Amino acid sequence: MDDPGRSHALRHHDGAERTVVVRDEEQPYPDGKLIVSRTDPAGVITHGNAAFVEMSGYSIDELIGQPHYILRHPDMPRAAFADLWKTVERGEKWHGYVKNLRKDGSYYWVYATVIPNVRAGVVVGYTSVRRKPSRTRVTECIALYAKMRAEEEGAPT
Amino acid sequence: MTAVLTVSPDFSHDHIAGWYVFNTWLQRRLDMRVHLELFYDFPSQREAIDRGAVDLIYANPFDAATLVRERGFTAIAAPAAKPDEAVVAVSNGSPVAHVEDLRAGTRIAVTIDPDVNLIGMIMLEPADLNRENTTTLHVDNYVIVAKKLLRGEADVGFFLKEAYDDLSQVIKRELRVLVTSQISVIRHVFLVSPRLTEHRDRITEALVGMSAGGERDRGVLEALGVRGWEAIGAEDTEFMIDLMDTLTD
Repeated sequence: MDDPGRSHALRHHDGAERTVVVRDEEQPYPDGKLIVSRTDPAGVITHGNAAFVEMSGYSIDELIGQPHYILRHPDMPRAAFADLWKTVERGEKWHGYVKNLRKDGSYYWVYATVIPNVRAGVVVGYTSVRRKPSRTRVTECIALYAKMRAEEEGAPT
Repeated sequence: MTAVLTVSPDFSHDHIAGWYVFNTWLQRRLDMRVHLELFYDFPSQREAIDRGAVDLIYANPFDAATLVRERGFTAIAAPAAKPDEAVVAVSNGSPVAHVEDLRAGTRIAVTIDPDVNLIGMIMLEPADLNRENTTTLHVDNYVIVAKKLLRGEADVGFFLKEAYDDLSQVIKRELRVLVTSQISVIRHVFLVSPRLTEHRDRITEALVGMSAGGERDRGVLEALGVRGWEAIGAEDTEFMIDLMDTLTD
């Protein structure tokens, strides 16, 4: 881990502020696996499978009870997550390519699908399932997200 | 009444006799008339379900979703340690070393097994492959999938992991695995129709007790190719259905 990383201040939709350190090192997505996590309706992590824990770099105890944005990478445009929440709160399925931040500051790309968990007509939480993404689409998203971030520049993160 | 039992058409044909043995065992254990009706394709079985002509079903995860959410069935048990995992394989002489080496136009040999085909296609996504830019060759069973690869008539094949592991050593020596899924929560389940709600608990108890039962019970399990049955709760099933939902567009 030679790269000491760069610090970024993040401000989230719930007003929480935190500083994260990012490093320019990609963790390859494990072949054949799905990363699965679930949250309560407020986006707080309630479950995670072994691949979720392994790829995040945190322990399961460090993840449960934390907001899902613990994995938010500063290179992700805020608009992507705003779209995610708007979509799932309408009761619909959201798909997208996401760059996630690991505990050690490195990152991994996923193709994510998020759905509301509806039980007896009530949304009791959300399930997010990530799979290995197409490299072509990731390359497209790197450029697209950089442009979106540039447009968001000046606004709080 | 006579309850109708059926089995997902993607069941291994090696276990046909086993399902008849199981049916006889179930009738005796429950003291209830049960008729086993096997369907060899999904449309015929779905038509029977639509007619309300199925009471007990060992269903693949796709059908389980519809049965639970649209037909009021309850999933009560799943085979122990038997998740539906998929293998994507090529012939040993293939120039393809990684999934990402595959290109548009790839010919894929598959069976009718819907969850294996879904998981298989997901594992080809990193190569930008999808149903539109690949050719699918439907065959009757996994041995023929292997033969399509060996004859060079397909570039990749999708296998149920269990079926791949059961191929002969001679065939497996000629094949190479590109990727194997490690999902673990997608599996076939045993469901009970709303018409049998009053019998649900004792059916569950009968299934779950099989592995700890006598020699006869264990013989039935062996005939089905199942180690035992695990009870599953409503939330386990809902979680699996939610997960399947994230994998289908």
